[in-house]
Amino acid sequence: MLRESAKSREPFVRMVKRDRIGTKKAIGIRITAVILSLVVSGVVIVKITGQNPLEVYEGIVSGAIGTDRRVWVTVREIMVLLLISVGLIPAFKMKFWNIGAEGQILVGGLVAAAIMIYAGDRLPSWLIIVLMFVGSGLAGLIWGMIPAIFKAIYNTNETLFTLMLNYVAMQLVTFCIVFWEKPVGSNTVGVINSSSGKGWFPELFGNSQLLNILVVSAVTIGMFIYMKYSKQGYEIAVVGESEDTANYAGINVKKVIIRTVMISGAICGIAGAIIVGGCSHTISTSTAGGRGFTAIIVTWMSKFNPFVMILVSAFLVFMQQGSVQIASQFGLNQNASDIITGILLFFLIGCEFFVTYKVEFRRRNRG
Amino acid sequence: MQEDLAIELKNVTKCFGEVMANDHISLSVRKGEILSILGENGSGKTTLMNMISGIYYPDSGTIKVEGNEVTIRSPKDAYALKIGMIHQHFKLIQILTAAENIILGRKGPNRLHMDQVEQEISELVHKYGFELTPSQKIYNMSVSQKQTVEIVKILYRGANLLILDEPTAVLTPQETEKLFDVLRNMKKDGKSIIIITHKLNEVLEISDRVSVLRKGKYIGTVETKDATLESLTEMMVGEKVVLDINRAETTKREKRIDMRGITVKNKEGVKVLRETSFTAYSGEILGVAGISGSGQKELLEAVAGLQEIESGEILYYSPEGKVEKISDMKPIDIRNLHISLSFVPEDRLGMGLVGSMDLTDNMMIRSYQEGKHFIANRKKPHALAEQVVSELDVTTPSIETPVSRLSGGNVQKVLVGREIASNPTVLMVAYPVRGLDIHSSYTIYNLLNSQKIQGVAIICVGEDLDVLLELCDRILVLNGGEVTGIVDARTTTKEEIGVLMAGSRKEKKANA
Repeated sequence: MLRESAKSREPFVRMVKRDRIGTKKAIGIRITAVILSLVVSGVVIVKITGQNPLEVYEGIVSGAIGTDRRVWVTVREIMVLLLISVGLIPAFKMKFWNIGAEGQILVGGLVAAAIMIYAGDRLPSWLIIVLMFVGSGLAGLIWGMIPAIFKAIYNTNETLFTLMLNYVAMQLVTFCIVFWEKPVGSNTVGVINSSSGKGWFPELFGNSQLLNILVVSAVTIGMFIYMKYSKQGYEIAVVGESEDTANYAGINVKKVIIRTVMISGAICGIAGAIIVGGCSHTISTSTAGGRGFTAIIVTWMSKFNPFVMILVSAFLVFMQQGSVQIASQFGLNQNASDIITGILLFFLIGCEFFVTYKVEFRRRNRG
Repeated sequence: MQEDLAIELKNVTKCFGEVMANDHISLSVRKGEILSILGENGSGKTTLMNMISGIYYPDSGTIKVEGNEVTIRSPKDAYALKIGMIHQHFKLIQILTAAENIILGRKGPNRLHMDQVEQEISELVHKYGFELTPSQKIYNMSVSQKQTVEIVKILYRGANLLILDEPTAVLTPQETEKLFDVLRNMKKDGKSIIIITHKLNEVLEISDRVSVLRKGKYIGTVETKDATLESLTEMMVGEKVVLDINRAETTKREKRIDMRGITVKNKEGVKVLRETSFTAYSGEILGVAGISGSGQKELLEAVAGLQEIESGEILYYSPEGKVEKISDMKPIDIRNLHISLSFVPEDRLGMGLVGSMDLTDNMMIRSYQEGKHFIANRKKPHALAEQVVSELDVTTPSIETPVSRLSGGNVQKVLVGREIASNPTVLMVAYPVRGLDIHSSYTIYNLLNSQKIQGVAIICVGEDLDVLLELCDRILVLNGGEVTGIVDARTTTKEEIGVLMAGSRKEKKANA
């Protein structure tokens, strides 16, 4: 044994933790990852379709921003994803692993749909929209408050709890669809208020997406200020770092946990209203469509910086929209777009390893 | 020459990012020798030892064991080379016996003969003069017994070179003596021992040679018989230092904190403070001594309002003559009464500061709620941060640097600086100089003394008895959460305190 280890050489590869990394280098690594992901997804698509990769990329670009309509769909999707990601910031900063955004969106959307359906004939459209925002925010808030209370008082695991609530939200939606079915027997709600357009987000200055953009921008900027400058934002950061320190600082940890997750849930709930009132005008179990999970990735990749979030969500949505286009263009099914998103995320998340660690290979000459 | 060296390091270098933890270090240990590695915190002692025991891999340099160049990639490789390290934090399984812990991870015959193993362990124990019952469960053991298990574990695996990382930090003076006797017996048997420490008296007592490190660099090795306290300090620090603490004499003594029969249980329901009572006066430094984990942390936290108290009460006597019962208050309630109670907790980055935040944000941790505004005011904390940096010579790239990037000593200065800046009437400090270099340590002692002159009641938990004897007016000794005595620091001796620290050791249970 002694002989053996005396002969054995330095390990071939070693991971060394970086002490710090220059901003340029970090950005360089991430850009490399983006390029690599584009190359690999290109190769995969070409393998499947046998098409010229340039044509494929052209398809992606055209799918995302090829026509006016596509541009606005892309913008709309970016806004929704951004809003959910922003909503996750406070919870994640507090190290409360809220993976229940999906459910919070759904209950928010559900309440928005309910208001559209039941108040559609009685109230003016602007009031309905205001009610939709308030109602969906409250619904998301409650959906966040439940696990937060349990976490604060009984220290239950929030990851499992929020995840389970996603399924509860889905069941609620399924239950409501039974009452709202239209046409009867279709098992879907169909487009709500298709004739009156009540509760549909109106065009502002001739632009259908302006209301979305305004709401999301306001929330994003508000969140930035809240986290960076407010006393409550400071409390969130301290609680996230260490509960002992928070107690020492005189922070009421339980209160901060509950308050923060309520804010997080409320924003995700509002995202539900935007999806229902601003684009789909219907409700189903797939209204959230996995955005609650994609947003987790966006939040982490942008390191809680709301402005980086704009870039990250824009990139993800761009590629998603683009791959929907090439899927139809080259006769592939919906999974093709999932594959491309998967490849992108693999590289983008993987590159964070190289930002944190340096890989050292065995040196030739030791001395 | 080659043959009698147990281990030889040549130009061993290790960097962590931009920090050179070890810069071309060369040193050697002879067979049957005790070598002390001396250096202040952050001088690279532990990093160096971790490379010998396979936890880190050196960036460059060579290691020779018994004349052969070797590569140590993992602790397993180190064991194969008969090198074993006893870490500061024990790695034992509580519910197993000593013998079971000792054979853990070893390959043996399929059928385990525990009698035989215990027999073998007993032989080892007798050979070197340990005191250990192989069939005793770990959770029934005192800290020093656990340490014995760790040492026997290494010996049982056949180690010839033993590395001990600050072994005496957890021991009473009497236990330290016993440990040293055992080490001497091992030395006689031809084992080589490296002992990492920063306690100079122990170095002079136990070792044959001393190697000194300073800021990751190798300074030199001297024969212990040629060294003195002063010469070693000079090597460690790089310049002559005067090691005197001037104990300030104050006349005005008023009652500030009165703790009466406090009992505190930890999360497992074990009593960590039992019927503890003491009084702290203004213009006085009350030292708290005891082997680590005897309830020091809980004592301070109970006063600060951070512990759930089972029974008893704590009274605060304000300079204006008011009496407040603070034992059922949270830190925020205490502050709302305008009681200025400063607390430097033991766990700097886990409780006193937030590692990822910069100096400004850390300054406001206890005062951020000031004012009614929704937005936090960062102007005052920023000014305070600048003041602390300049007054206490904090080495930091900028005020915007996260405190986790600072060295231990500077982290400590930031924390102590903030707590003193609030003009406290009571100042509680836990291990105020842990991790500080000698210069900074004396800066802190002076700060405590000047606070005392200003009439602050100071409670200071310490680990170095020599320092406590010089600094404090009275010393409270804890054992297993009980006060075994409060002695006058001017007249007592280290031995007396040692006896109190060992206290009613026999009755002690699992929470040692």
